[in-house]
Amino acid sequence: MRPPAPGGTLGFRGLTLGYARHPAVHHLDGTIPAGSLTAVVGPNGAGKSTLLKGIIGEIAPLEGEVARAGLARRDIAYLPQAAEIDRAFPVGVFDLVAMGLWRRVGPWRSLTPHRAAVEAALAAVGLTGFERRPIGTLSGGQLRRALFARVLLQDARVILLDEPFAAIDARTTDELLELVHGWHAQGRTVVAVLHDLDQVARHFPSTLLLAREAVAWGATPEVLTTDNLRRARRLCEAWDEDASVCRAAADAARHAHDQGPQGHDHPHDHPHGHAA
Amino acid sequence: MIDFLTAPFVEFSFMRRALAGCVALSVGAAPVGVFLTLRRMSLMSEAMSHAILPGAAVGFLWAGLSLPAMTLGGLVAGLAVALLSGFVARSTVLREDASLAAFYLISLAAGVLLISARGSSIDLLHILFGTVLALDDDALVLLGGIATVTLIGLAVAYRPLVMECVDPLFLRSVGRASGPVHYAFLALVVLNLVGGFAALGTLLAVGLMLLPAITARFWALDLTGLLPAAVLLALSASVAGLLVSYYASLPTGPAIVLAAGVLYLASMLLGPRGGLVWRLFPARHLEA
Repeated sequence: MRPPAPGGTLGFRGLTLGYARHPAVHHLDGTIPAGSLTAVVGPNGAGKSTLLKGIIGEIAPLEGEVARAGLARRDIAYLPQAAEIDRAFPVGVFDLVAMGLWRRVGPWRSLTPHRAAVEAALAAVGLTGFERRPIGTLSGGQLRRALFARVLLQDARVILLDEPFAAIDARTTDELLELVHGWHAQGRTVVAVLHDLDQVARHFPSTLLLAREAVAWGATPEVLTTDNLRRARRLCEAWDEDASVCRAAADAARHAHDQGPQGHDHPHDHPHGHAA
Repeated sequence: MIDFLTAPFVEFSFMRRALAGCVALSVGAAPVGVFLTLRRMSLMSEAMSHAILPGAAVGFLWAGLSLPAMTLGGLVAGLAVALLSGFVARSTVLREDASLAAFYLISLAAGVLLISARGSSIDLLHILFGTVLALDDDALVLLGGIATVTLIGLAVAYRPLVMECVDPLFLRSVGRASGPVHYAFLALVVLNLVGGFAALGTLLAVGLMLLPAITARFWALDLTGLLPAAVLLALSASVAGLLVSYYASLPTGPAIVLAAGVLYLASMLLGPRGGLVWRLFPARHLEA
């Protein structure tokens, strides 16, 4: 790998993301600093994956914005939870992983000079010898590892991982965590959605505890307290069909932003049903 | 024997022209068909061929049986339906197949209405089954041009097109190629259908696009094998169909499609990549 470009900063200003007007991430404010290693945790339906999709621009905000200062689309690598991969399509593992080189080879330049880099990425995830295997013959965990290798090749300044270690055995998880630490050491910004709190405590310096709103955000030991976790569980997953229109002014959100990452404490007494 | 195979083409210029037209169609349409089948859009070409009808009908009403007018009309209608349904699929909850179905039905009904307003059913038959044995210079130039544009287009967009097929979300996340590639591919499908449609008839256009591509799956594992295999199969079906129709005095378009169909059935039974016979007598499993 070449020496990395400095990681990018991601800012959220009153960010509300959702589906059919129902917010999945609600008035999120704060900043993920360049070069940080952040875990996003929270119960099912807390909006963790939605947040990552909002960051890459796959879904547009209902309100507010994601500030990606100086980051082009290709500077952000994204490992989705359930990739939209057509596994019946007849391509090999090598070609799938080599897609990560898009930024450097584009539609026409030759792959040949990068062959060694692709093989190194495959070796890093323990898939040496799988180059010519059709992707349809991989197991779930192997496909996941191949996608990790693709992220590795993308050489991006910001790396978003959505449950990267689901369906992966313990030994490989350790190896992949080494890669994550490597990215962190190189100064890249890494954001990972995770469920294993022990893993988060051991490997991730900062944590965002999300339950539609940011319950807590900061240094991992201060975020992962019993009290915070209980509060996160209480914030309901329910999708209230009759929820009324959110009237929290965009200004309020902007003020909150000035207070930094923990600043989501503007009065929330409007009838919303999510603080049941 | 050789004489039996070559004599019709040596003796009659209309057979040579028909062969040239079929070669052009095979070289262009078969690779497009491979991508269509891999994207599970096989039936989309059938729907699209109906969508072309009103455009061709307008051309027909306006200029009679004129190839340029009907081609232009078909192209406009086909591209409009392809782009509209692509747009709806990308920006609403509808999937590609559903949005295409909606637009092609509207288009087909409009076409039937237009043709019934003027013209007779004989004209309609002509449109549907084409005139392989009466290809004039214009038609040959059209078919050759379309094959050229198709091959260049596929070569230029090959890498992003494969990525769009395998992992569209990834292509969207790394750049802006996803949308343009998708629309360009739909445009190539329309172009090939319209070319084949005006010169050779709908049945033959769709038949040579899809049947060899489907058959190729029984002979090759990956794209580098599938694409040439499909072209070779389309060429064989063309030659076989032309000869059969010549010696047995059968209509040419259906004969070519049936020849491709016979190749399909044979490959489905005997093809080395998952043919039925190999499933019935499986070899012993390996050690690892």
